[in-house]
Amino acid sequence: MMGLSPWVKARAGEAPATETGTPPVLSGTEFDLTIAETPVNFTGAPRMATTINGSIPGPILRWREGDTVTIRVTNRLPISTSIHWHGIILPYQMDGVPGVSFNGIAPGETFVYRFKVEQSGTYWYHSHSGFQEQTGMYGTIIIDPAKGNRIRADRDYVVQLSDWTDEDPMDVFAKLKKQSDYYNFNQPTARNFFRDAADKGFKSAIDKRRMWNQMRMSPTDLADISGYTYTYLMNGTTPAGNWTAQFRPGERVRLRFISSGTQSFFDVRIPGLKMKVVQADGQDVEPVTVDEFRFGPGETYDVIVEPESDQAYTIFAQSLGRSGYARGTLAPRLGMEAEVPPVDKAEWLTMADMMGTMEHGDMGGMAGMDHGGMAMDHSQHGGHKMPGMNHATHSPLAKPSTTVRHARTEYGPSVDMRVDMPRTNLDDPGIGLRDLSQKGRRPQGHRVLTLADLKSINGVLDDHRAPMRELELHLTGNMERYSWSFDGLEFGKSTPVSLRHKERVRVILQNDTMMTHPMHLHGMWSELETDQGELRVRRHTIPVQPAQRISFLTTPHDLGRWAWHCHLLYHMDAGMFREVVVS
Amino acid sequence: MKEQPMNRSTTSWLKTLVLCATTLPINYALAEMDPAPQEHSMGQAQGGSAPADARDPHAYSDGFTLTEGPYAQTGPRQLKLADEHSFGSLLVDRLESVKTGDNTSVAYDLQGWYGRDYDRAVLKAEGDIDNGKLEESSTEILWGHAIDTFWDGQLGIRYDTGEGPDRTWLAAGVQGLAPYWFEVDATAYLGENGRTALSLEAEYELLLSQRLVLQPRLEINAYGKKDEANGLGSGISDVSAGIRLRYEIRREIAPYVGVEWAGKFGGTKDLARADGEDTSETRFVAGLRFWF
Repeated sequence: MMGLSPWVKARAGEAPATETGTPPVLSGTEFDLTIAETPVNFTGAPRMATTINGSIPGPILRWREGDTVTIRVTNRLPISTSIHWHGIILPYQMDGVPGVSFNGIAPGETFVYRFKVEQSGTYWYHSHSGFQEQTGMYGTIIIDPAKGNRIRADRDYVVQLSDWTDEDPMDVFAKLKKQSDYYNFNQPTARNFFRDAADKGFKSAIDKRRMWNQMRMSPTDLADISGYTYTYLMNGTTPAGNWTAQFRPGERVRLRFISSGTQSFFDVRIPGLKMKVVQADGQDVEPVTVDEFRFGPGETYDVIVEPESDQAYTIFAQSLGRSGYARGTLAPRLGMEAEVPPVDKAEWLTMADMMGTMEHGDMGGMAGMDHGGMAMDHSQHGGHKMPGMNHATHSPLAKPSTTVRHARTEYGPSVDMRVDMPRTNLDDPGIGLRDLSQKGRRPQGHRVLTLADLKSINGVLDDHRAPMRELELHLTGNMERYSWSFDGLEFGKSTPVSLRHKERVRVILQNDTMMTHPMHLHGMWSELETDQGELRVRRHTIPVQPAQRISFLTTPHDLGRWAWHCHLLYHMDAGMFREVVVS
Repeated sequence: MKEQPMNRSTTSWLKTLVLCATTLPINYALAEMDPAPQEHSMGQAQGGSAPADARDPHAYSDGFTLTEGPYAQTGPRQLKLADEHSFGSLLVDRLESVKTGDNTSVAYDLQGWYGRDYDRAVLKAEGDIDNGKLEESSTEILWGHAIDTFWDGQLGIRYDTGEGPDRTWLAAGVQGLAPYWFEVDATAYLGENGRTALSLEAEYELLLSQRLVLQPRLEINAYGKKDEANGLGSGISDVSAGIRLRYEIRREIAPYVGVEWAGKFGGTKDLARADGEDTSETRFVAGLRFWF
């Protein structure tokens, strides 16, 4: 060390390189986590990351339902930090949102989190301070059920997906403020126009663009931030690094997928294998077998795969914007790999993404088919106990209201569009995943998970009361100004949503933007229902698609102040954030 | 100094232009509310004003605020997101070498801002440098306030230098994005001794590829009163129409080449002719567009 400059010495002495890849597992009831800056190199350029115990992802915390856990979090950063336990029901002082539930953890301080674990399943934890989540502060929580595991598996792997940028995330944000399409390298060009004109005729090419251009909205703004700056990671490993999980043919493998990207939805598939979804957001669901699923920041899906042959399978997770992918491999032996599929060509948003249901015109075959689908579901499951149906005949609030009520503050500079005829169907997989077999992009019969496929197993949804009241909030934004909000009010101008302790309440979220927002309500479950008022699935993070109107019921069991926000970090930071007071 | 009173046709013409500039946002809003049959359902997807029965966005608060009510953190509010932070940017839209006939000069056109989404300080500066000397310049400092989704209203002052005495103006205008992505900047000015002026700038960005951008640009200036010392007549004084092709090495840095036609009109043209100057010219430009 003698020959090194003080700077290098300080760096080398205090901060060994970040460990990446499958993180260590910490289990028991007492945990010590240290937050520090550690060097990392994902792209060839060395950078400082913000890490938990020196690894990306942070350690996997393994808890047991019914235990009281104590987690001491020590801040070795020069700035304040925090950890939020995403999806965990706990007292608000333990929720870890600086300025809402506590004061944050000052540099040099240790904050002791202690709470009783009253649930089981797959969850995750991350910083709720600034952009620390983007620079590496996230990890997995696995909670084993008190009564033994209902889901049998021979192997059990965490697959945590995320996005990494070599840029300072604040610079990324500032660039979006100055030029909101900065990272979009898939914009409509004159070349596209002439190609369309040659293929479908001049008029059709004009028609395709007219409305978008008139409204000053981009049909290709899918993700705000793209592979131009992002490297997509699977368990802290780049696609080239090829994170690999081993299996023996014939085994049941449980994969706990966690969407920890800050600004990225992932479309996940394992070509050659069916995935049986058994949990969503840590909660048991009726098993549903699919070939592909999309999930956004905050969401988790546990799936079972049963590879029969002695071959490698690629776990492929392309970004919704189609600008890159995370990738890993399931293989009988280390070092094997399978073909990596090409990234799909990005599709343009459709008119249904802009305007919801439409009475006429080409709707991409989505709107309109929903109600039929729902009706069929009713009859198929007629024999099941459907708790949500109990109140159907008793309450005027049996069904969510369909009358669109825009807030006064949606008629101003903070909002670039309003949807008057939203779609309410849950069976749309979303832009880029619609009708893939028909388009020849996937094999025949390729099934993509939708919200309509998810049904909590009986017993998960245990509050059968009808809602006593209904709240309606709209998700809003102005892409040109890069401002995001609820009801046209950014956080600084907003007031809290006040809920009464243990009341049963319905929340309607209508998306008046052209992006999908994964909405995460802290401190209580979001129990998604259909547009017919039928309770379906318990979530902690609900993705709301463009021009979609969805509703959920909730029962706030815990007093306090809670955060409620879009889990796209840059939308949250722009102001798509509300406080909820339970009193 | 002799000031020629504004003639009637110039006055009405100016009125029209001021109206056009200031009602542009309203015009497009009305245009979009026009219920063309195939667009019925999106008649009011943008703009407009809130109906009387619009939902109160604070209706669910029970009177609580971010700092008051049960379980609020004590002391001043800690959590401030980007909507309460200021940002700033400087865009040098044109910094170019201008070749006209056998003369080569330099032109600049920049705009900076600092502030928040809906209120910001704006700096605009434009000028020509010939033989190392600032031939003419126009610099504005404005307060920009969002008046609409895509439009900011701007108020401030403009300071001009040129061949004659410097001129100071009060400025009021709108800047924003018109339907079909036209970037428009229209400002009306009020100077000393009843001088008035108008300027209108419009730009469009046509993407040939993800990095190759063709940018047509139109600028029109008009004055209400003759200002002989500065070579300006009343009415439209000058128009320039150009097209520039840039390549974005990064979003922030783009070299470009272009061609521009510029002409003088009316009284301004007469004054130029009397001085033996050209009244129109074709300019070849090469420059750098950059921002940070």
